Amino acid sequence: MKKTILFLTSIFFCATLTLAQGKSLPNIDVKTLQGKTINIQDLENDGKPMVISFWATWCKPCKKELNTIAEVYDDWQEETGVKLIAISIDDTRSMSKVAPYVNSSDWDYEVYLDSNSDLKRAMGVSTVPHTFLINGEGKIVWNHKGYIDGDEEELYEQIQHLVTK
Amino acid sequence: MKNKFLTFLFSISCCNLIAQNNGQITGDFSLNLQSYVEDAAINAAAADEVVLNNAFLNLTYSSNNFIIGLRYESYLNALLDYDSEFRGNGVPYRYAGYTIDGLEITAGNFYEQFGSGLIFRSYEEKGLGIDNAMDGIRLKYKIGKGISLKSFIGKSRTFFTYAEGIFRGIDAEIDINESFELENTTKYILGGSFISRYEQRTNPKFIIPQNVAAYAGRLNILNGGWNYYGEFAYKINDPINSLQENQMNYASGSAFTNSLTYSQRGFGITAEIHRADNMLLLSERERTGKAYIMNYIPTLSKPHAYTLLAIYPCATQAMGELGVQLDIFYKIKKGTLLGGKYGTKVNFNFSRINGLEGGYSMLNDNQDHSPDLFDFSQELYYSDINIEINKKINKNIRYNAVIANQTYNKDFLEGKTPGEYGVLNSTIAVLDLSYRIKKGHTIRFETQALFSKQLETASKEAEGDWLMALAEYTISPNWFFAIQDMYNYGNENESKRLHYMNINVGFLKGSTRFEIGYGKKREGIFCVGGVCKLVPSSNGLNLSITTSF
Repeated sequence: MKKTILFLTSIFFCATLTLAQGKSLPNIDVKTLQGKTINIQDLENDGKPMVISFWATWCKPCKKELNTIAEVYDDWQEETGVKLIAISIDDTRSMSKVAPYVNSSDWDYEVYLDSNSDLKRAMGVSTVPHTFLINGEGKIVWNHKGYIDGDEEELYEQIQHLVTK
Repeated sequence: MKNKFLTFLFSISCCNLIAQNNGQITGDFSLNLQSYVEDAAINAAAADEVVLNNAFLNLTYSSNNFIIGLRYESYLNALLDYDSEFRGNGVPYRYAGYTIDGLEITAGNFYEQFGSGLIFRSYEEKGLGIDNAMDGIRLKYKIGKGISLKSFIGKSRTFFTYAEGIFRGIDAEIDINESFELENTTKYILGGSFISRYEQRTNPKFIIPQNVAAYAGRLNILNGGWNYYGEFAYKINDPINSLQENQMNYASGSAFTNSLTYSQRGFGITAEIHRADNMLLLSERERTGKAYIMNYIPTLSKPHAYTLLAIYPCATQAMGELGVQLDIFYKIKKGTLLGGKYGTKVNFNFSRINGLEGGYSMLNDNQDHSPDLFDFSQELYYSDINIEINKKINKNIRYNAVIANQTYNKDFLEGKTPGEYGVLNSTIAVLDLSYRIKKGHTIRFETQALFSKQLETASKEAEGDWLMALAEYTISPNWFFAIQDMYNYGNENESKRLHYMNINVGFLKGSTRFEIGYGKKREGIFCVGGVCKLVPSSNGLNLSITTSF
């Protein structure tokens, strides 16, 4: 038992060290709404920041977050060049509702399907929504669990901080 | 001492490895602590342990094409919601894998799903205590353009052990346009899968198959805003290990699911139909319980997130059902009378599920039955018709309103004797209003009402009408406070007209969330992500911590 604890502690220590440098995205495939498979590591935005947001059609706070950002997304893009990637964790029960929901909502996000939660697990997402900010070098520099009204302002401050740095 | 030193050295070298190979460690942690106070009024038992606890820690190390991961799980003892087989501590999940030239190899535990899951789905839903991870070998291979293969062999997890059945599976998917470099505007994706299970024969009386199989084919056609998906599955007979001839079922099983979607800016529609007949695939032929189910017939109803809308939820009957669903999404344009300044979003949803003619397929020396393919006149299991409106009125006020009418066959879906409760019909209304007080400060009110009646005379009274109110105050980005009360004011039995009060406080920082709650929960079916389970009534204190790194 002591051994396990010591081992886990050291791993934690290492994790903290690597955390400071920012982590890369995992080597995991997701699907586009057109059925094409893409690797999440292939996502890029010309050296500008990206936001990856995990959501589901049945998750109220997720939709609130993405609908709120949708209203200011044009401004965000104009000012910082940021791109938002929405990863739906809807399983095959509600997967068929993703495209109609996204299109009817007028979202300009890139949307991908993670229907058996492979990416969700790989990124340590236990509950949705969960939002990650990726810098121009593809490193995760900030993340936030859950959404309450006003959280988008903190996210935008973080994006601006990245761009002006 | 020597051992400690070795472990220390090992850890240090791990650390070096991580630093040198550009590797990284990620993971997440979750702890859920619940105390139980006895409350005779709601039949809530006090646990002997006073406090129960579930916790787990995921660790993943990845470097270039290499990955290893493990999960430590602790149930001391498991929360009452969980199966009591989750007992003690352990590392029931660990794996290693690497990818080379399009070939991905996983040894150890993995989760996998073929198509929409009709013949195979291995997954986890921690909130519901579901985890049927496979343990074995999996290979995934991308052959050239647009063709991918998956195959595996393994046993499925049940609690801290593995079920008897050995599964072998293969799945192939081909993107026709990509493979043949077609420039069509219509895109075709074809897929096929095969699953076989071996389980030793132990029946002394009957010859039952030791190897059983299921297969499925799927087709996805896309063109502009149109999307068709169809999957058809077949299961070869898999009789249980009964000693009585009339209980054996040598009939094969089948299932299909079809959806047609169209969407454009501001509008979307989805129509679905599915049918399942004798299509339960278990990891051990004699077992019952969700831990042994290895396939998934997607539930054909809208997953509701408001409490009273989910009090009587739909649960898929893999043994036999036929259902349809329609969804319409529409955004009324901004600047119009109904659209207002920001536009108004409307979602209409209808679903209806009924049984099969004469029940599911049955075949033995005494019976030979296979139900009609499309018979919508059979016993109704569930129906839901609802409309949801989402609107932002001005910079500070937004609301979400739902009105629904649900029919719920309580006797059938909860396995009661016919005539005990009969069929319930409920009308439910929800108003969810949020008001932004100032930057970062928002108050939200939820009011819900459920008016329910039993459609025929039954021997027992159902719970009747409910009211629910919730007030939530949030301070972005760190705090939330919520108080809610559910009141069963319409219960025929006056002593059961109870209040279910809950108070919750949460603190959030980055990827960490602390939450403390106190209150009384009602017994009922709890659904997350389309899976439902019965949760017992409880009354007590709850602490939960989740974090990821």
